[in-house]
Amino acid sequence: MVNSDKHRNGDALFKGIAQFFALSIIAILLLMTYRMVAESMPSIRAFGVSFISGSNWDAVQGQFAALPYLYGSVVSSLLALLLAAPLSLGCALFITELAPKRLGVAIATLVELLAAIPSVIYGLWGIMVMVPWLQSTVQPFLIEHFGFIPLFSGAPYGVSMLAAVFILMIMIIPIITSITKEVLLAVPQSQKEAALALGATRWEMIRIAVLPYGRSGMLGAVILGLGRAIGETMAVTMVIGNTPQISLSLLAPAYTMPSVIANEFAEASSKLHSAALMEIGLILLVVTLIVNSLARLLLWSVSRKLGGGAK
Amino acid sequence: MFSLVRKSLLALLVASALGAAGQASAETLINGAGATFPYPIYSKWFSEYAKIDRSVKFNYQSIGSGGGIKQITAGTVDFGASDKFLTDAELKAAPGKLLHIPTVMGAVVVTYNLPGVSGGLKLKSADVADIYLGKITKWNDPRIADDNPGVKLPNEAIVVVHRSDGSGTTSIFTDYLSSVSPEWSSKVGSGASVKWPAGLGGKGNEGVAGQVKNTKNTIGYVELAYAFENKLPYASLMNKSGKFVEPTIKSTSAAAAGAVKHMPADYRISLVNQPGADAYPIVGFTWLLVYEHQKDALKGKKLVEFLKWELHNGQKMAPAMLYAPLPANVVKMVDKTIATIK
Repeated sequence: MVNSDKHRNGDALFKGIAQFFALSIIAILLLMTYRMVAESMPSIRAFGVSFISGSNWDAVQGQFAALPYLYGSVVSSLLALLLAAPLSLGCALFITELAPKRLGVAIATLVELLAAIPSVIYGLWGIMVMVPWLQSTVQPFLIEHFGFIPLFSGAPYGVSMLAAVFILMIMIIPIITSITKEVLLAVPQSQKEAALALGATRWEMIRIAVLPYGRSGMLGAVILGLGRAIGETMAVTMVIGNTPQISLSLLAPAYTMPSVIANEFAEASSKLHSAALMEIGLILLVVTLIVNSLARLLLWSVSRKLGGGAK
Repeated sequence: MFSLVRKSLLALLVASALGAAGQASAETLINGAGATFPYPIYSKWFSEYAKIDRSVKFNYQSIGSGGGIKQITAGTVDFGASDKFLTDAELKAAPGKLLHIPTVMGAVVVTYNLPGVSGGLKLKSADVADIYLGKITKWNDPRIADDNPGVKLPNEAIVVVHRSDGSGTTSIFTDYLSSVSPEWSSKVGSGASVKWPAGLGGKGNEGVAGQVKNTKNTIGYVELAYAFENKLPYASLMNKSGKFVEPTIKSTSAAAAGAVKHMPADYRISLVNQPGADAYPIVGFTWLLVYEHQKDALKGKKLVEFLKWELHNGQKMAPAMLYAPLPANVVKMVDKTIATIK
């Protein structure tokens, strides 16, 4: 009797503690949002909607508008994701389904090692190795042969939207790959064997048994990759050229939201300037939320259409 | 035997613990925060000063001039540090009367990467402004070529590089451009971060220097100390007296000497484009920000003692660290200012 009472107390205590931790996460997010809204109020009042539709950022005149930063962040992250997602999926499939076991383990370990490299190291590598290479080799080639397409017009500066896309791609491949790998490993062996037993080739087995089962997990991996890309600050700041402009050309320098915060916050002495930077932080938060919700919605509609398999 | 060792060890531990406690209680901790540009010499001063006065310890956070101004205004530090002087509005926002104490001077150097031109480029100030405005776009523009007879300037576009992060260096440089070009002054103005009409942004001195080194036909600006340490080529600039002057420690100090006649009592003066045949035109003070009325008498006393030491003994360390020391006539003025701190 006494014993079971003790048990019950222990359970209640455990539940209480776990609940407290869970709720504290929500509380932290709400508090953070509240502070950010409060801090960016002067900027919201002064510029309203024009803050996200305009492109004049002039700290001397006290005029702030964030469209070029928003554009830079969204475009660089999406392009990086577009390049990284198929590469990562291929890499994960090779590790789990195609490679000899030892080789697979070796590659998987290397990929996880890549995920642990701090972003400033990627940035330094970017500015010292990748950017000079882009400038002397890749960009002149693109300009010479594809310069008639607006995407590849302009002068080869090295630092550019393209450099940012490449560095982000390299940074998010390890994350997407290692999560996708775990997802694929979770596909039941029996399901794969069933497909093979029906006479499927290896590719057909992957297509009908592996990929549908891992769909939601893989989408989760891609969203995490996008999360890292959109919030990445240091490495991007070092290679993107930090010029707030909206240019169709991938060779032109650009600017992102985290970069402008990192660049200007320390020396922002006027209240309006720091409020504007705070509002950029807020927009970044909202963009991340929107991207996340869209991805969830997409996942939900896909799994409803196809039914089964995905969870 | 063992117990003896153990006992003496214990005694030693107790003694050192007591000693540490004793030291801690007698030590005055003075906190400061602000500019990153003078951080190397400040930390040198603080560590040297610790050898002279063991009862005081300085703790300096180089968080940037903007942060320094914010923290000293909020009163969370005992002194602030800034590369730009406070505006009247900022001074009014402070709870007491804030003094600007100039400590050393820095200069900004115009660096470039021109294949075949290893050094000795000469530029008029108005031309530097027009390059940064995007109005002079080719290296062989007659306005540049006329000042550089015998130098083979390429028929290539000038790639302009500037700092992307807010910085005192940018503040001094844009101040200089504003003072030599009315168009810059009205279109862009001066500040730690401005809206650049042309060019690429690099993060920090190293970002700008890296971009200039890697790209042909570039022009950029970095701190004098950074340019010297990394052996970057630099341009001689025409000063107010119409002479081309190389950036050196001496020509930097000469700029303050030239400004002494019209030096305001609160030292809130920009040193760019000062008169004097030897004065280099892109020069600025860096200041410590100290309240005239110190709340804590002991801390105030210790701070004043340090300021006096820094003004006389500390100055001698400056040239070796590539900072320009204050000229003698400015030292005399600052001596009087420090005496007013209560």
